[in-house]
Amino acid sequence: MLYREAGDFKTSYASDNQTFPIRFDRTAYWVVIAVAFLLVPMVLTDYWANSIVIPFLIYVIAALGLNILIGYTGLLSLGTAAFMAVGAYSTFKLTTAFPEMPIYIVFVLSGLVTAAVGVLFGLPSLKIKGFYLAVATLAAQFFLIWLFTRYGWFFNYSSTGQISMPERTMFGVTITGASASSTAVYFTCLIFTVAMAWLARNMTRGTLGRTWMAIRDMDIAAEIIGVNPLIAKLSSFAVSSFFVGVAGALTFAVYLGAVEAGEAFGINKSFLVLFMVIIGGLGSILGSFLGAAFLVVLPVLLKLLLVDGLGWPSDLARHLEIMIIGALIIIVLIAEPHGMAALWRTMKEKLRLWPFPH
Amino acid sequence: MSENVLFALEAAANGLTVGIMYSLVALGFVLIFKASGIFNFAQGVLALFAALTLVGFQTGQVPFAHLINAIFGTNIHDFGFTMPAALAILLTVLVMILIAILVERLVLKHLVNQEPIILFMATIGLAYFLEGLGDIMWGAEVKRLDVGIPQGMSPWVDEVTYNLFGYGFYLDELSLWALGIAAVLVTALVVFSQYTKQGRALRAVADDHQAALSVGISLRFIWVLTWSIAGIVALVAGIMWGSKSGVQFSLSLIALKALPVLILGGFTSIPGAIVGGLLIGVGEKLFDFLMQPVIGGATENWFAYMLALVFLLFRPQGLFGERIIERV
Repeated sequence: MLYREAGDFKTSYASDNQTFPIRFDRTAYWVVIAVAFLLVPMVLTDYWANSIVIPFLIYVIAALGLNILIGYTGLLSLGTAAFMAVGAYSTFKLTTAFPEMPIYIVFVLSGLVTAAVGVLFGLPSLKIKGFYLAVATLAAQFFLIWLFTRYGWFFNYSSTGQISMPERTMFGVTITGASASSTAVYFTCLIFTVAMAWLARNMTRGTLGRTWMAIRDMDIAAEIIGVNPLIAKLSSFAVSSFFVGVAGALTFAVYLGAVEAGEAFGINKSFLVLFMVIIGGLGSILGSFLGAAFLVVLPVLLKLLLVDGLGWPSDLARHLEIMIIGALIIIVLIAEPHGMAALWRTMKEKLRLWPFPH
Repeated sequence: MSENVLFALEAAANGLTVGIMYSLVALGFVLIFKASGIFNFAQGVLALFAALTLVGFQTGQVPFAHLINAIFGTNIHDFGFTMPAALAILLTVLVMILIAILVERLVLKHLVNQEPIILFMATIGLAYFLEGLGDIMWGAEVKRLDVGIPQGMSPWVDEVTYNLFGYGFYLDELSLWALGIAAVLVTALVVFSQYTKQGRALRAVADDHQAALSVGISLRFIWVLTWSIAGIVALVAGIMWGSKSGVQFSLSLIALKALPVLILGGFTSIPGAIVGGLLIGVGEKLFDFLMQPVIGGATENWFAYMLALVFLLFRPQGLFGERIIERV
């Protein structure tokens, strides 16, 4: 049969605990990886790369990060974009201060800097939660953006207040700056996305992830059974900010090339990533992919349909898009509070029985 | 008195104007939070939507004109008449009540018993929906709103302060009106919730949903009622802010400023919302005035949140809020 555990014998604990227990899923996973690494680069055009594929890959990383915080640990954050900005500005400062440093090290270091900032702003979470914490993260959002636009040191006193990425190479291939090919950019983002997703998946099913989920489900009870809330909450903030920081670094360095903090990392971007997590599914790795894909593709689709297809003015299409996103969030919350990932789970249950009803 | 102190005082007085706006938005938050435990993120957008609708009625715009033109290729803008302010306000109130009913029917009814965080996110969705709807219905350009509230420098304040300090404060007349209207609004709300039957039901629901249900209070009616009142409060906030700086998107951003106001005042206290709003309004203007030479301007963007953050660490329930007790 197509989608069954039956006949797939597990003979070791490791294989019993693997991420994809069903053979069909394992095959599908390798097929997706193969398509992403071999087939997509061959057919990728600049337009598709820049409008869909690269933003999708970057948003997946950001959504994974936020999902760790909201979906796995239950701490609400509205400051995602500010942490992305921290990643972007760290990359800029590091790469201009140490031009010799390999760019992938710069990205990882930027993530670590963001993690440190995230822990700092996560400190109040030890005392407060829910909406109260949301306000605390809003403080991060507005304060950090203000800091980045106000103090010249952060943007090397450039006259425009923008930061722009100098040309850097990774393993001999130019990946940033104007002369980088979209294939090189695609591979950079893809490698990071796959690595981060692998990391997220394995963290969330290990000890760390379980302490996070214990805190999410009931923090007082978790404390009583021996979970240290200080470590659990702050590690969640650190890991989440690391992901978001890397996403910000990639947004700046390989996707946009030049950014201005207030414009590229405003509060709206925080909400966008939050919506990806909600629509995709709280507490699900697959959900982060689905949510990011949905919210990246939807505006492009609407624009193709309404502006290019029906000839509507583009501002009207934008307003309609906002309306549709808002309505979708409400519909998703009512119909399936656990998002698109839960739909997939239900489908899997059905697939197991198909074609027999029982 | 030295000049600097006077300037600081003037900045503080002007902070009151902004503070009143924060208070009005925060008031809407508190009403809904008390009655349904929902943290209504859409309150700011509700104010924007109310103001847009008011202007639309006043100037006789055709709703969805933009959309109709795009679909049918027509070119319509307005009905060609203008409406007196009072009638337009009345119609807008009806629209806000309609929105309250729709929100209850289409959203809240289906989300009963969900976690607060899910409801919060639903109101974020609602905020986006209303923002898009407002723009599509009435157009996104900045609009002038004039319902006949006097504007410009208040000669009375100028005269009094000139006699007192030898320096006339510049204070917008509008802010004095806003102060008065806010006072009337709060008094009306307090009277309503203390002395009427529906007000008592409202307080009962706020106190305990299940107990209220068991003595025969209709929860759904109370929700419609609170959302209607919040809509009307939003309309007042929208009128004030719109008369001051035009009806535009920034109106919905004061919703975010209302969050620290609530933290300061407490989520469940109506006087707290007013006092918190004034404190934040005055605080951010004063801070900006004092710190500008040291760390640069535009600190208004984050001062309120930082203040709330510091406040949270010491008194999470706010100045007037009820103590947060959590049971396992």
